[in-house]
Amino acid sequence: MAAPETSTAAVPTLYTNNTLRNAFGGVLSFFILLLIGVLAFSIRLFSVIKYESVIHEFDPYFNYRVTQFLTKKGIYDFWNWFDDRTWYPLGRVIGGTVYPGLTLTAGTIWWLLNSLNIPLSVETVCVFTAPIFSAFASWATYLLTKEVKGVGAGLTAATLLAMVPSYISRSVAGSYDNEAVAIFALIFTFSLYIKTLNTGSLFYATLNSIVYFYMVCSWGGYTFIINLIPMHVLLCIVTGRYSSRLYIAYAPLVVLGTLLAALVPVVGFNAVMTSEHFASFLVFIIIHVVAFVYYIKGILSPKMFKVAVTLVVSVGLAVCCAVIAVLIALVASSPTKGWSGRSLSLLDPTYASKYIPIIASVSEHQPPTWPSYFMDINVLAFLVPAGIIACFLPLTDASSFVVLYIATSVYFSGVMVRLMLVLAPAACITSGIALSEAFDVLTRSIKFQLPGVSSGAEVDEGETSSETTEARNDEVKAEKPEEKSKDRPSKKSKKKEREHVEKPSAKAKVKTKAEKKRLLALPLEASAVSLLLLIVLGAFYVVHCVWAAAEAYSAPSIVLTSHTRNGLHVFDDFREAYAWLRHNTDVDDKVASWWDYGYQTTAMANRTVIVDNNTWNNTHIATVGTAMSSPEKAAWEIFHSLDVKYVLVVFGGLIGYPSDDINKFLWMVRIGGGVFPHIKEPDYLRDGQYRIDSQATPTMLNCLMYKLAYYRFVETDGKAYDRVRRTEIGKKYFKLTHFEEVFTTHHWMVRIYKLKPPKNRIRGKTKKSKSKTSSTSSSKRGGIRKNPWH
Amino acid sequence: MEAPIRATGILGFTLFSLLFFVCRSSPLHNLFISNAERRIDVTSHIVKVYLTLKVENAGTTPTSEVLLAFPPTQVDHLATVEALVTKGKRKKTTLVRLDVKPTELPDAPNGAKYFTIYLANPLNSGESTTLEVLYLFTHSLEPFPAEIGQSESQLVHYRDSALILSPYHIKQQTTFIKTPSTKVESFTRVEPTNRAGTEIKYGPYEDRPPYSFSPILVHFENNSPFPVVEELVREVEISHWGNLQVTEQYTLVHGGARHKGVFSRVDYQSRPTLSGASSLQHLLARLPPRVHSVYYRDEIGNISSSHLRTDSRKSELEIEPRYPLFGGWKATFVIGYGLPLQDFLFESSDDRRYLNFTFGCPLLETVVDKLTVKVVLPEGSKDPSAVVPFPVDQHLETKYSYLDVVGRTVVVMEKKNLVPVQNSHFQVYYTFKPIFMLAEPLMLASAFFLFFVACVAYLHIDLSIRK
Repeated sequence: MAAPETSTAAVPTLYTNNTLRNAFGGVLSFFILLLIGVLAFSIRLFSVIKYESVIHEFDPYFNYRVTQFLTKKGIYDFWNWFDDRTWYPLGRVIGGTVYPGLTLTAGTIWWLLNSLNIPLSVETVCVFTAPIFSAFASWATYLLTKEVKGVGAGLTAATLLAMVPSYISRSVAGSYDNEAVAIFALIFTFSLYIKTLNTGSLFYATLNSIVYFYMVCSWGGYTFIINLIPMHVLLCIVTGRYSSRLYIAYAPLVVLGTLLAALVPVVGFNAVMTSEHFASFLVFIIIHVVAFVYYIKGILSPKMFKVAVTLVVSVGLAVCCAVIAVLIALVASSPTKGWSGRSLSLLDPTYASKYIPIIASVSEHQPPTWPSYFMDINVLAFLVPAGIIACFLPLTDASSFVVLYIATSVYFSGVMVRLMLVLAPAACITSGIALSEAFDVLTRSIKFQLPGVSSGAEVDEGETSSETTEARNDEVKAEKPEEKSKDRPSKKSKKKEREHVEKPSAKAKVKTKAEKKRLLALPLEASAVSLLLLIVLGAFYVVHCVWAAAEAYSAPSIVLTSHTRNGLHVFDDFREAYAWLRHNTDVDDKVASWWDYGYQTTAMANRTVIVDNNTWNNTHIATVGTAMSSPEKAAWEIFHSLDVKYVLVVFGGLIGYPSDDINKFLWMVRIGGGVFPHIKEPDYLRDGQYRIDSQATPTMLNCLMYKLAYYRFVETDGKAYDRVRRTEIGKKYFKLTHFEEVFTTHHWMVRIYKLKPPKNRIRGKTKKSKSKTSSTSSSKRGGIRKNPWH
Repeated sequence: MEAPIRATGILGFTLFSLLFFVCRSSPLHNLFISNAERRIDVTSHIVKVYLTLKVENAGTTPTSEVLLAFPPTQVDHLATVEALVTKGKRKKTTLVRLDVKPTELPDAPNGAKYFTIYLANPLNSGESTTLEVLYLFTHSLEPFPAEIGQSESQLVHYRDSALILSPYHIKQQTTFIKTPSTKVESFTRVEPTNRAGTEIKYGPYEDRPPYSFSPILVHFENNSPFPVVEELVREVEISHWGNLQVTEQYTLVHGGARHKGVFSRVDYQSRPTLSGASSLQHLLARLPPRVHSVYYRDEIGNISSSHLRTDSRKSELEIEPRYPLFGGWKATFVIGYGLPLQDFLFESSDDRRYLNFTFGCPLLETVVDKLTVKVVLPEGSKDPSAVVPFPVDQHLETKYSYLDVVGRTVVVMEKKNLVPVQNSHFQVYYTFKPIFMLAEPLMLASAFFLFFVACVAYLHIDLSIRK
């Protein structure tokens, strides 16, 4: 950390030596960056080494399938792709509803490799896209933090980001999801924005718009950028920091960025129509007004200016009121106030659970718990406040942006656990700044007090630091450790430091350079101890990150493993079922399952599904939910009307796999009941409790999901003990009349049923059978023997 | 002796065959078969027929060709015909393999097809010799019923003739059919016929004229799985850096009675012998020794159920498909492995190199409907030629692999209907200059060199328009 500085000892203050050392520092930081890239890439390979090179989870399978289509059919067919293998019978326009950034990126990489005659499969490219882009992301972090607080902070932040668990969770090899490239695009957009802010260069401003375009291509989270940057601009204007650099950083971004964003089919006119983008246009107007005012102020005399201001303000207020009234009326006329459901649930955390159960049902849309903060950003959570304070000393345009970024992202991460991902880079940047500053101060004070170090070295040291970090001055460094020490775990050292810090901060006003240097110094022991503690803290972080990468986040979720006495046991049931469907059913058969498995079914089994993870049509999902919660006959009718041939359920009761369909069942009821009111949640609950044992309600015990999950389950152990719910099931012996089991995987995790074809019309149907119910049932049983279908 | 035989022959035949006689009387009707014994083994799904023929030359001219006749329905399923002759007297008999080639006769009755066995020494007048013929049929057991449930056992039909189809007069013949179990539902009786244990005996029949045919149908239980590889593509890639990479892509199907209705895992797991008796649960692949980096996967990832056992003579890879294959179920998978090059690549006397490798499918007891063997020669190799012990379709292709510029020559050989017996070796000869091995490393090195030169140049060029 802060490598160029720490690597220098007593070097004569000759000019030639200085440039040489700069060059050396440059080369060193280049190699450190290279190693950071290698670290970021390789820490994400645990999943490949421990499991296999395979696409993970659910959404990545869809992206993989789209990429396959792209590489096979080309870009034009990709834009025009209407997918008829999903959302049957509606279909889905993939080209117009997908963020194409990730797919195009991987497709380009694949195309490039293949034109170099490197025959890597599409799958391999997809698996390794995320690790490659996390290396890019850490380099982008370096660029961003370097603009804010210099090279040392940049390298530290890049190192932290390379292994922050929150980001690893989304970018392990195989996690081929939008976030994999989007985080890189996000950080890179911010870093270019700050670069433009610092330089006022139109070149960077243009580059910034292009990177913003890439971000829009990649992820719906681009709205975060287009709201955060205007907020920052507004902040700068309000705090009197308006400059032409700010104008150049912002105005081209809005104009070019919006134009480019509208080119992406999935965004299109949303880039100017939805409320998510209004802030940027509002601030665009404000910055122009401000720029105009500054311009007028420059050419008019102060007195004239005052007159002009009163004139403009009175007219302007009236116009503004009118415009705002119109706007509000427009926005209010739309039921969601112009906001999309996901954005609204961000602003109002209770919105989703109240109105859109389908968003609330996704576990990654739940608010996080405190342990998940510690799990995902670990010690950074404690370093962040210190970093924020470091950002305030002194507050520059760039550092105010970082403060704003961390503040907003902390809020968003509190709403949705998934957005922890946005917090992670901000936390890394601020912690990088904090750590770097702390090291800076501590090493300097050690160096100052070490015997045998000439005063020349100190002066020199001061010079290097001023080279690397432009915008800070020495008072900052003196005060910073005091704040920093608050977060340090050891109370002893904290106390010690505080005592020593009091002094220098009080006397920091002294002007002469040599004196200032001396005053900055902390006691040798204190610095050494705190340095040591910081290193321990860093080591703790590294250990945690490696553990998280290796154990917590590398499981591909389609393959489960467990350690038994005989060694590793592999549960590969999902792929067993998908492979079975792929090879042993007709290519046009429709498979119904809960939407979680839609993407995997289309990608791995290549069969048409009714609903999938895209969840664009709530009614359709509710139909499937209703079918699953209905009794067998009603369910058969629903499925039959949807032309479904097979029904797939996931059942974990035999081996104790907790995220199975029985545990997700209440969401099916809720979502189904949201559209079809005859499905009522209380019917499935006994005294408000969800249970499947003998206390369960009859509605529950007769619904299709229960029957399909537990069909003949009792024959495995004789008791039908469900290992997930830890109870014996309520109804053990029953028969299926409208469905037949066609496949069950080795560990019973996936069960596939086939709909029986409709019954032949029985000749004697008109026979009044009130008195003959028993006889008809017996004749029915007799019919079983004759007719194989019934 | 000669005259009555000829007389019965003429009696038994039409005018057509009369013409036939006139045209080709010399090779065919000099010979007759004094004793024939046929053992048909239908225990697995590959039908093995061992035929012992005692051929006598009753004519005046020596002959060196013996014809085997097959009905057209069987010829389509015929995978291989081999003929051996016993040499020497009682004590030191050795078996000598004879050439067998398909032959077209212009006027074969009812479309019968022929194979000619070329004797090593011509059979002189009055001499006799004993031929051991082995031929294999694939897809000859027809499941009946064609669809069975999970707990039913698989019954099959086998159709053949009680009498050996032959263009020669056969004085005495017997046929034995060996069934896998004693459960035989029915069999056609052509007296004398009797059944003992797992064997059904037809015959002995005396003095049957040429082309006698007497259809029989045996209906019996055969619960062995019928693994059929519908298509197998084997790609053998030679790297002169010391590795031979083999990639085999399988499309496997269970060729037995189709599975019908329910598949119940609980029945399958709790009563493995009763339920799904004919299901295909695992396969054994025999790989060459010193095999390394073995993988077994399909298009959606690794298949974890496989075991590799290696010793100094062979390696055995036991693989399980992702799911047990019932009749009609399919699975696709890929097996890949690396081999040390020195075991398979040799230099021939004329300074060429040749690869010596097995042709067939490494899976045991498996029929391959269509096999494509691709030998990818290293970039820069010339004049490829393949030597295969049986007729195959050959052509050349070009493949581009890692950083290739001109591409690699690929020798493609295709063969239909292959059985494990045919896992014989083939050779591919080619010339190769070792300097080509260095082409790609040099190319990479120069690319990096140029990149750094470009970097240095860029850093020293001032591109700004205005000073």
